[in-house]
Formats: sequence, structure tokens, C-alpha cells
Amino acid sequence: MTVINAVPDSPQTIRDSYLAMTRRKRLYSGIMLLIFVILFVSGFRIAEDRNAGGFLDGIGQIFDFPAAMISEAAEKAANLPGHIIDVLPALVETVNIAAVSTLIGCLAGVMLALLATRGLAPWPRLTGMFRRVSDILRAVPEIVVALVLIFVLGGGPVPAAIAIALHTAGAMGKLFSEVNENADLKPLDGLASVGASWGQRMWLGVIPQVAPNYFSYGLMRFEINIRASAILGFVGAGGIGYELKNAMTFGQGKLDEAAGIFLVLFVTIVAFDQLSSLIRNRLTYGGA
Amino acid sequence: MLEVRNVTRLFGSRRAVDTVSFTVDRPQFVGIIGRSGAGKSTFLRMMNRLLDASSGEIRFEGRNILALRGAEARTWQSQCAMIFQQFNLVPRIDVASNVLHGKLNSRSTLATMFNLWSRADIVQALDILDRLGIAEQAPKRAEALSGGQQQRVAIARALMQDPKIILADEPIASLDPMNAQVVMDTLKRINTEDGRMVIANLHTLDTARRYCDRVIGLRDGRLVFDGPACDLTTDMAREIYGADESFNEEATSTAMPAANPALHAVRVAAQ
Repeated sequence: MTVINAVPDSPQTIRDSYLAMTRRKRLYSGIMLLIFVILFVSGFRIAEDRNAGGFLDGIGQIFDFPAAMISEAAEKAANLPGHIIDVLPALVETVNIAAVSTLIGCLAGVMLALLATRGLAPWPRLTGMFRRVSDILRAVPEIVVALVLIFVLGGGPVPAAIAIALHTAGAMGKLFSEVNENADLKPLDGLASVGASWGQRMWLGVIPQVAPNYFSYGLMRFEINIRASAILGFVGAGGIGYELKNAMTFGQGKLDEAAGIFLVLFVTIVAFDQLSSLIRNRLTYGGA
Repeated sequence: MLEVRNVTRLFGSRRAVDTVSFTVDRPQFVGIIGRSGAGKSTFLRMMNRLLDASSGEIRFEGRNILALRGAEARTWQSQCAMIFQQFNLVPRIDVASNVLHGKLNSRSTLATMFNLWSRADIVQALDILDRLGIAEQAPKRAEALSGGQQQRVAIARALMQDPKIILADEPIASLDPMNAQVVMDTLKRINTEDGRMVIANLHTLDTARRYCDRVIGLRDGRLVFDGPACDLTTDMAREIYGADESFNEEATSTAMPAANPALHAVRVAAQ
């Protein structure tokens, strides 16, 4: 742009400088692509060196486990309904962990978001601090928090729920505050002018505007949390993940059980996914 | 009653409102006129405490309201209602609830969350809507109403506050001439019948002349005119608007219909 502005006199120079700019942009794109390829290849080589096996040697075995599981499940197909019924209580536990942690996490997220949004926060100088708090909460992986809490509290659903709730609060704090940024401030001015307190302004002025979006993000988070809570079962936090870990170990002859669990988990996640997208569509586009 | 002393507001180094002083000793209808950016809105927002002043005093019944903090400032806001150009209602909430918001200051946040309003409050809100001719709109969402109706809901919210002063920040700037007249007539009636002081920012001369007992002219934040509406000559208007000889009063006119049969019907319905 500066080049064009510097020589505004003749069309010829403008054309030349524009073409030069185009060439320069292409060169930058080429360099970026090259850097990307170099990073990609070198990263792959490092990973390959550190692997116990080799990526290319191992890639053939990628289907060994699923194949073993399917053949074992097929052999003992008659047991499958029994396994599925057996794991249902564990599934309920997993969904419960997800539901409790989503609810608590979202409520905390709403507070964090309101405190961290400029123009809404009661203490404008502290918005940065509340933003960092939600950054930290979502930067620490659930599994790390869960492991620490299991060490302190012992295994079970409570540490898992706390771990997921903390992560959810951080993630929702960020998402909700972005939703808040788009809220119309005029109703808030109106409420402030009658002498409403901060809580009243937020509850009556902001929440009605953002609730559909909040709800939609909350439902999406619920799906994510079902998966997260299943995974946390692997580290002893109870629920279906714990059953899956026990069944999944190679060579125990329990792979048919694992297949049953996978099936239940798959159906559950798809069901909640469908349900939540149905509700979200209604919230977003209206309808009954 | 109301004493404004050397009120100044700075935005950076710009003086949006510059040492403005005046006194209002009875519940008059006061119009503030001036160009966009003359400091009219800034002044009203300071009076309602939506904005802090940089210096000066505004005394109402002896108390300096600019010095109030926290809950005291909010109590003042509940006694000093404000009407906005864009109505500033909560769009997704029903009309009656929007009117009830006028009583928020005397309700706890918890009671607000559970929508706990007394029967007396609800009856009062409906009565006020009835007085303004829009009682049948009570259950509708505020966003479903026309601009003129929304502005009347905002006036109803103001009345619900039982205020000593009503501040109106360009109350008719977003309305068509017919609705503008309904709104201005309503404000005038509140002023004369209820004896409440009304201070309205207006950007048209004819509205100021027709409705105001007294007009204050601001130019670049400074008070350049203060007197009865009849003293507002074309020369004076030129001074306030900072215009030269080619100044045309028509440019600041809303062409409000003086005797429009359709409007008369609206006014009758409103009463």
C-alpha cells in the first residue's frame, strides 16, 4: 500500500507496483508453505525416532485390535446383551458425572464470563484477572486434575466431576464472555437509569439476551463431558471408563465385554448428540 | 429545587460539558437544545448518575447528587427517571414487566430473579399503561411494539418510579411526527397534571417552542441561552446552533402535524 501511495502519478507505475506487490505476496506464501513442510517432515522424523516401533512398520497392525475384538465379540455374540445390561449402571454413573459437572461448570462459567466482560463487569479493572482465571482453568487438562484429586479424595465419581467441572468453567467462561460481548447494552442503560443493582441488571438485561446461546453451548459441552467422563474412568474415576479399561486389556478374553461397552458408549453419545442438536436448532432458529 | 453549579465533564482534554450553571425552582418543562455533540446527553446522563461529572455540583432539594455513591446513588436514580432515544427497554420481556422494572430499586436481587412482584405493584403498572393508552399491550414482548408504543412503555416505566424529575434524552428523535406528538403530549401532561419536573433534550426548535416553559441552549458544552421559550428568536437559535446567515429554521423542524385528524384520533385513544 505504501508503495502505491508513494507513486500515485502514472497508471504504469501503479500497475507495476501492484504487480510487484502480488509477486511479493506469492513469495511470502511460498516461504510459509516451505516452512510448514519442513516442520511437518522434521516433526514426523522426531516422532518416528522416539517410537518404540516404527510408524511405517506398525501401520499394518493398526486394525489388529479392532479385528480381535470384533472376532471375539462375534464368537460370543450371545453374551453381548448380557454385557450391555451389566454395564448400564456404570453408564448411568458416567452420564451423571457429566451432567453434574456440566451444570456446576456452566454456572461458574456464567459468573466468570460476566466478571470478565468489559462493559458488564462490576469491577472493570479486574476483568483481566478473571480472564486469566478461566484461561488457567481450561489450560489444565481434566485428567491431570482428576489424578491429583483421586490421590487426595480416593477413586470414584466425585474427583471426576470436580475435574470436569473446573475445566468446563474455564471453557464456558471464555465462550460465554464472547457471547456477552455481543449483548446489546441499551437495555442495561435503561435498567441502570432506574437504580437497578448489578445483579438485577445482569439478570434482567443480559441473561434474557444471551440465554439461548448459553444453553446451546452448555448442551454441546454436555456431549463433550460425557466423553471426558468416560475417559476419566480409565484413571480410576469410576463409571463406564473403568469397566472399559478392565475389559480392554489384551489377552484376557474379555474383548466381547469391551465391544459391548463400546457399543453402549457409541449409542449414548450419538443419542445425546442428536438430542442436543435438535434442541439447539430449535433455540437458534425458533420453532415449537 | 434544582441547582446546577459549574458542572463540567471532560472526555480526555475535550470539555463535553463546560461549567454549566442554572437553577429550576419549580416543576417546569425545561428543554435543552443544541447541535449533536453540544453536551446535552452528557449532561442528562450526569444528572441520572449514569456518568460521573469531572467537577461541579448538582443540588436537588439541598443535596449534592453528584457526591452520592453506591446504594445512595441508585436511590437517587430511582427518583430521577430517564427516557432514552432508543427506549432502552428489555426487548425479550413483556411490557408489564418492563414497567415493573421502575420499582427495581426497592426490590432485592433475589426477589427479582424469581419475578416476585406484589399485586399492588402489578395493578399500578397496568393502571399506568392504561393511562398512556397501551394497556392491551401489557402481555406482549416489548420488541413486538412499534417505536411510539415502546417509548410510551418507557414513560410508563418512568412513572412507575414515581420520580421527582423525568429526564428525557431525545425522546422523539427515533419517532415519526405523529408518534412524536403523542409522546411529547404525554410528557407535557405528566408535567402539568402530576407536577413533575421534566427536562428534555430536544434537537428541534419548534418542539422546544411548543412544549417547553423554559429553554436552555448549549453550544460546545457551554450554556449560551437560558430563558422562556418565547424569547428564543431566530438570531438566538443561530447563536446556539453556531450557524451563519443561511441558517434555516426548517432544518431543525420535525414538521409535526399541527392539526391532523388521524393524530387527533390517536390522542383521544391515548387519553
